[in-house]
Amino acid sequence: MIRLEKRPQPSKTLSLATPLIAVVVTMIAGGLLFATLGKNPFEAIRTIFWDPLFGEYAFYYRPQLLVKGAPLVLIAIGLSLGFRAGIWNIGAEGQYIVGAICGAGVGLAFYPMESFLIFPLMVLAGALGGWAWAMIPALLKVKFGTNEILVSLMLVYVAEQLLASMSLGLLKNPQGFGFPGSRNLQDYASAHNAELITGSGMHWGVVAAFIAVILAYVLLNKHILGFNIRLSGEAPRAARFAGVNPTRLILFCLGASGALAGLAGLFEVSGPSGQVSIDFNAGYGFTAIIVAFLGRLHPVGIMLAGLLMALTYIGGDIAESNLQLPAAAIQVFQGMLLFFLLALDLLTNYRLKFASKGVA
Amino acid sequence: MTGTLLSISGLTKAYPGVVANDTVSFDIQEGEVHALLGENGAGKSTLVKMIYGLVKPDSGTMTWRGAAFAPPEPRAARASGVAMVFQHFSLFDALTVAENVALGMENPPAMRDLAAKIRDVSENYGLPLDPDRTVGDLSAGERQRVEIIRCLLQDPKLLIMDEPTSVLTPQEVEILFKTLNKLKAEGTSILYISHKLEEIRTLCDHATILRLGKNVGTCIPAETTARDMAELMVGDTLHTPTRTITEGGEVVLDVKNLSLDPSNPFGTKLKDISFQVEAGEILGLGGVAGNGQDELLAALSGEALTDAATITVKGDPVGDLGPNERRNLGILAAPEERLGHAAAPDMSLTANALLTGAIRENLTHKGFVDWASTTAFAEKIISAFDVRTPGPHTAARALSGGNLQKFVIGREILQNPQVLVVNQPTWGVDAAAAASIRQALLDLAGAGAAIVCISQDLDELMEISDHFGALNEGRLSEIRQAVGLTVEEIGLMMGGAHDLDAPEIDAPAQEQSA
Repeated sequence: MIRLEKRPQPSKTLSLATPLIAVVVTMIAGGLLFATLGKNPFEAIRTIFWDPLFGEYAFYYRPQLLVKGAPLVLIAIGLSLGFRAGIWNIGAEGQYIVGAICGAGVGLAFYPMESFLIFPLMVLAGALGGWAWAMIPALLKVKFGTNEILVSLMLVYVAEQLLASMSLGLLKNPQGFGFPGSRNLQDYASAHNAELITGSGMHWGVVAAFIAVILAYVLLNKHILGFNIRLSGEAPRAARFAGVNPTRLILFCLGASGALAGLAGLFEVSGPSGQVSIDFNAGYGFTAIIVAFLGRLHPVGIMLAGLLMALTYIGGDIAESNLQLPAAAIQVFQGMLLFFLLALDLLTNYRLKFASKGVA
Repeated sequence: MTGTLLSISGLTKAYPGVVANDTVSFDIQEGEVHALLGENGAGKSTLVKMIYGLVKPDSGTMTWRGAAFAPPEPRAARASGVAMVFQHFSLFDALTVAENVALGMENPPAMRDLAAKIRDVSENYGLPLDPDRTVGDLSAGERQRVEIIRCLLQDPKLLIMDEPTSVLTPQEVEILFKTLNKLKAEGTSILYISHKLEEIRTLCDHATILRLGKNVGTCIPAETTARDMAELMVGDTLHTPTRTITEGGEVVLDVKNLSLDPSNPFGTKLKDISFQVEAGEILGLGGVAGNGQDELLAALSGEALTDAATITVKGDPVGDLGPNERRNLGILAAPEERLGHAAAPDMSLTANALLTGAIRENLTHKGFVDWASTTAFAEKIISAFDVRTPGPHTAARALSGGNLQKFVIGREILQNPQVLVVNQPTWGVDAAAAASIRQALLDLAGAGAAIVCISQDLDELMEISDHFGALNEGRLSEIRQAVGLTVEEIGLMMGGAHDLDAPEIDAPAQEQSA
């Protein structure tokens, strides 16, 4: 019989090893899934994990890793601050959309003027938009005790409606022959978040993600605010005793995650995506939740997890087109990753005991 | 009745890393009150869990009236005639007494018959209890009666009681002892677990003393001094704390008409509490748990805010200041709940030193934590208060209760407070560590600090306090000189004899059931 026994201290080794084990177990279970769909599991796994990095067309896919990973990391870093403190912002997708609308809106307002000030202004507007959208659940929670999980999630759907309305109305390209969607910012030099090094995939969003990783690391490990965030999540009563003001913490955590999600939206709309359109959002805000946990809510872990998640996205796309795997199977595969991670998490705090028979 | 009811021989039970019971043997006679004495962690609970069928021994045997006895589960133990009153009650607040009793029975009779039975038993054994009352409205003593009556309805041969008096006022203890004596006269054996020596001396016929899982001796309590028993229990000579009395210091802490609504619906409302503590004085506040202790600590630590003038320290109003602003002024506190309130369980001792030490020990510079100084501070606490741990990187939850308590108290004392408020400073701490914590509090008072010690351990309060008061349903009794107080007087203060209006109206239990 197998029993679980609580460890006196969480195991450091395992907390680092479980994400890797989870990836391996996901590969095995995913392989079985692909096999039941009649595909060669080894080929499918190789297509997802190997081809984007070292395959024939890797020169095209490798930059994509940064392009897809940057928004995930940027959003997940923000979310992880709140998650550490027990403040659950599930609506990063909405803040991402609003950040993109605000940032793009500022850029389009200046069209066709050219100035080096326009892009920084757009960045500011993007961050503010995401921040403001996150302040709605924050203020409601602080003033009326509402549940931030529900409110932030509901606001995603509001944001999606707003996005549709913007691409059909206010921000619609006047020279777009009636098609929905804004002007393409890639064609507007002052507002274009272009690649910094051609062919590298490196744009300002990638830079911002790196900076966010470093700042979050310093905040959590060296600053009293980071300590208070961790304390509030682990022992709320002790945090109160330590003089942490819960109201301020809620406003900070939701605000910071909203601003980072808004930034991610802005960098996306002004760069890889180029325009505000009805289907602009691709689910980065939700996937970032997985990334945050896969990275153990640790800044460096999140960076690695973001790249891994981007890899499964790109690899999944290749598998879809080359092996005709259904999109749903890829999503199940990505979901498994979080599932196995959470299940294996148990091992950090508990150890398995293989008890001999007879002793209960 | 004579003869051996239960004979235990060579019982051993090991858990990973610790042998909870190591070849323990003793006999319980028919119709005797047998004490099981030992410090926290001595293995008392494991032993009775084996008798009650909750835990299986690794080796060793038990015999019940000559026949082998190895209950695989509590139901089997109950069928043989073992009943147990646990330290923590398992009652549903929203149900009535009779419904609660029925829930614990194998074949409950009709509710009306059961109510009659409960009335019978409660009259027979002098345990006043109305079967139709809602448990949520009952005091701790009355709740315990529900548990006892639940056991008595099974007509037990052996009644196990785990620290039954820890939640009772002295008057309630007296009622309980009458009941237990009556049961004993009828031939029921009682296994009485406690570490309160005077109780055992008045109540018990025999005592078995456990230390670190081993049976280290038996004695007849009536013929043994409390000190001898304590030394058997601790395995060492005990040092009684000594103190130097400072008289007539200036008033440091002054609380005037403190009334406060609880922050959660299960809390107790504080009502018009006023007291003063002078420099060098220890004010002991007794009272049964749940009568406003946590709320008073929160009001003094700054976790709950009041009007500024309600609490003053050396004349400065502090009632509206948060915990860190108060720490700045030298007002420190150590709450009762170590894990989760005084300390963060999963964080290291270093991080926990930062938790309250950041302000007074200057552990941050412009918001950035100076981890080197913080580790040094944690190490200082560990060495000054003899905290047994591999080092400051250890998680708080890995420490034993006593060691963590030494860390928590030491953390505040080393910050050199003007005012220190502690709640249950030696709860769950072994006798030697308790003595050293009390000594540290006395030394701190000797150095001129004003100390408020909230505790449910009356012996502790009498040992260290200059003045004594008791909390009852959120009110504070009159404050009296501790020297010369009799047990009766203390009991009356704890029971709320000073009450002006019907206290039940605002009882926390009612709010709970509302």
